[in-house]
Amino acid sequence: MAEAAIASHPRRNPISRLWNDKQSRSVIIQVITISLVFAFFAYIIHNAVVNLQAIGKGFSYNFLWQPSSYDINQHLIEYDSRSTHFRAMLVGIINTVLVAICGIVLASIVGFILGVLRLSKNWIVNRLAYCYIEYVRNVPVLLHILLVHGLIVHAFPVPRQAISIGDVTYMTNRGIFSAKPIYEPLFLVVVVLFLFSLAFMWWFKRHAKKVQDETGQRYPVFWIGLGTIVGMPLVAFFLLGSPISWDMPELKGFNFTGGMVIRPEFIALLLALSLYTAAFIGEIVRAGILGVYYGQTEASYALGINRGRTLSLVVIPQALRIIVPPLTSQYLNLTKNSSLAVAIGYMDIVATIGGISLNQTGREMECMIIVLALYLVMSLIISAVMNWYNKRIKLVER
Amino acid sequence: MNQFIYKPGEHPDLPPPSNTVGPIAWVRANLLSSPTNIVLSVLSIWFLYEIIPATLEWAFLDAAFTGESRDECRAKAGGACWAFIGERFNLFTYGFYPADERWRIDLTFFLLCLALIPVLWDRCPLRKFGLYFACAFPFIAGWLLLGGFGLTPVDTDEFGGFMLTLVIGVTGISFSLPIGILLALGRQSNLPIVRVFSVGFIEFFRGVPLITLLFVASTMLNYFLPKGTTFDLLLRVLIMVTLFASAYMAEVIRGGLQALPRGQYEAADAMGLKYWTSMRLIILPQALKISIPGIVNTFIGLYKDTTLVIIIGLLDPLGVGRASLADTKWTGLSNEMYLFVAIFFFISCFGMSRYSLYLEKKLATGHER
Repeated sequence: MAEAAIASHPRRNPISRLWNDKQSRSVIIQVITISLVFAFFAYIIHNAVVNLQAIGKGFSYNFLWQPSSYDINQHLIEYDSRSTHFRAMLVGIINTVLVAICGIVLASIVGFILGVLRLSKNWIVNRLAYCYIEYVRNVPVLLHILLVHGLIVHAFPVPRQAISIGDVTYMTNRGIFSAKPIYEPLFLVVVVLFLFSLAFMWWFKRHAKKVQDETGQRYPVFWIGLGTIVGMPLVAFFLLGSPISWDMPELKGFNFTGGMVIRPEFIALLLALSLYTAAFIGEIVRAGILGVYYGQTEASYALGINRGRTLSLVVIPQALRIIVPPLTSQYLNLTKNSSLAVAIGYMDIVATIGGISLNQTGREMECMIIVLALYLVMSLIISAVMNWYNKRIKLVER
Repeated sequence: MNQFIYKPGEHPDLPPPSNTVGPIAWVRANLLSSPTNIVLSVLSIWFLYEIIPATLEWAFLDAAFTGESRDECRAKAGGACWAFIGERFNLFTYGFYPADERWRIDLTFFLLCLALIPVLWDRCPLRKFGLYFACAFPFIAGWLLLGGFGLTPVDTDEFGGFMLTLVIGVTGISFSLPIGILLALGRQSNLPIVRVFSVGFIEFFRGVPLITLLFVASTMLNYFLPKGTTFDLLLRVLIMVTLFASAYMAEVIRGGLQALPRGQYEAADAMGLKYWTSMRLIILPQALKISIPGIVNTFIGLYKDTTLVIIIGLLDPLGVGRASLADTKWTGLSNEMYLFVAIFFFISCFGMSRYSLYLEKKLATGHER
C-alpha cells in the first residue's frame, strides 16, 4: 500500500517521501533527538568550563582529603574537626541511612496498624484513624518536622529537671540520655549463640514445613523459635555472669555527660518522617486488604481455618502483592524526605557534604554531584531490594 | 387471645424488635460488638475526652484575639495568642509586595478563581471562552504580578507568603501535566533513543530529593549558563519544581497508559489514525481518566513541596512565620503559627483530593466490576 501511495505521487520531493516512510521517519526523529540532547549537554558543559576558568577554579576532588574543621554532633564513627571532608561525608551518609532505616521500620509498623484500624468495624476508631490520615497527608512534611522539633525542644525540660525513667534514662530537651552498654569479651559468646540460633531456626522452619507437607503434623514453630532465639542467648548471658557493664549518664553542669544520647533532631526527624509516611502506608495497606476478594476469606472460613490463620495464610499474602509496589515508592519518598533534616540541623548528607563542606571549600559543583549521586544510589538500592521482594511474593503464573 | 389470630395475608406490619434499630442498636453494632471493640471504643473515647476540651480551651475559650505583643496576650489569657496572626496577616498573604500594589495580587487571585470555574465545572455557560481565558491566565497573571507594560515593575524578591505558594503551585501544576504527558509517551515510544532519554530524565528526577535540586538551582545553575547571564531565583525554582513534578506525573500517566487494554491501541491503528491523532482521540482520554487519582496526588505533593523553598531562602508562609517568630515581640508563638499554616495547606489539599473523588465518580463509565 505504501508503494501505491508513493507511486500515485511521483513528483513528491524526496524529503517528504522520507518523512512518510515509517522506518526512515523513526531514524530521522531519533537522530534529531540525539543531536539536540548532545548539543544541549555540550553547551552547558562548555559554559561550565568557561565559567570555572574565568573565576580560576578547577574541577577536582582533592578537597575531600583536607581537614573539615567543623564538628558534627551525632557521629556513629570516629570523627572530630580534624578529620577530612571525606570522613564528614561518611558521617553524613551513615546519619541519613540510620534515619532512613529506622524511619522505614517505624513507618511500616505504624502504617500497618493505621491500615487495620481504618478497616475496623468500630465506628469511632475508624473515624479517628481517618481524621489522622487526612490531617497528616494534607499538610507539608516540612511543617511536621519543624512542629515536632519545636514541640520536643519546648515541651521537654532542661537537663537539670530531666524526666527520669528508672534513673537510667533521662528525657530532656537536649535529647534522651541513656545508659551505654560496654561489652566485655565474654559477650561475644552470647552474640555467636544468637547467630547460631537464628541459623538453626531457619533450618528448623523449613524442616517443620516439610514435615507438615508430608504428614500433616504441625510443630509449634513460633514457641520453639522464641525459646531458641531469645531464650538461649539470655540463659547464656546470665550463666556467663552478665558480661556487660553500663556507662551511666551523669548530670554535670548544665548537661549530661557519659552514657548514650539520642539527639532531639534525630528524634524529631524520625517521628515526623515516619508518622507522615505511616499515613500514606495506612491507606496503601487498607486498599491492599480491600483488594483481596472477600470470597477468599469466606472460602478459608468454610475450610475451617481460624481467623488468625486466614489473615496470615490467605489474605495477607494476596494483599502484599497489591501493597508492595506503592510501598516501595513510599520508602523511597521517606529516604528522600530525610534530606529535609537540614531544616532542623540534623547532620545528614545534605547538611555535611552538601552544606558546610560546600560552603567552606566553595566547591559547589563537586559537592552537589556527590550528593545527587549518593541519593541516586540509595534510591536504586531500595528499588532493587523491593523489586526482589516483589518478585518473590508475586503470583507464579503457569 | 383471639385477637392475635389472623387470617393468612392479613397480619399487620409490626415494628422491628427494639434492639435491632435506633441508636442503641447502632452503638451495640458499631462500638461494642466484641471485647476488643469495647476496649478500643473506651480507649478512643478517653483519648477524645483528653484532647478535645483541652484543644478547644487553648484555641478558643482561653485564647487572646487582640493585643500588641506576646506579653500582652499572655496577660489576657493563657491559651493561644491569635493577635500575632492578625497583626502579621498581610505579611502571611502578600509577603513583602509593595502595599500600594497589593490590589494586583487580589485581582490575580480573583482572576484565578474565575479561570478555575470553567476548568473545574464542565457545565458552566460559555465554557469554551472560559477555557481560552484559562489558557491565557498564566500570562495575564505574570504581567499583573511582575509589572511592566504600564504597571510598576515588582522584583520577585518581594514575593512571599501564600501568594508565593500559589505562584509556585499553580505554575508547577499547569506546566507539569503537559510535560509529564510528553515524557510518559516518550517512555512508551517505539523509538529506542527517545525512550532511553525519557527513562533517564524520569529516573534522575525521581531518584534525588527536591531539596538537592533546589540547591543545584540556587548554587550551581549560574555555572551552566553563558557568562554574565543573571537568572531570577524564583524562575530557577519554578523550573526545578516543574521538572521534578513532571517526572512523577510521567510515571503516573505511564501507569494509565499501561492499564489500557492492548486492543485500544490496535483499534486505533486499525482505524488508520496517525500517532498523534490516535493518542489525542483514543488513548490519552482513557489513560488520563484512569490516572486521575494519581495525577491529583502528584498535584497535592507538588503543592506541599512548595514549602521547601524556605531552605534556599524564599519566604513562603512557613518562612514568613519563622521570620516573624524571630521578632522579640512575638517570640515563642510557634504553635499558633504552625497551626495557622497547617490549616491553610489542609484546606487547599483536602479540597483538591475531594474534587478528584468527585471527578472519578463522574467519569466512571460503569465498566468496572
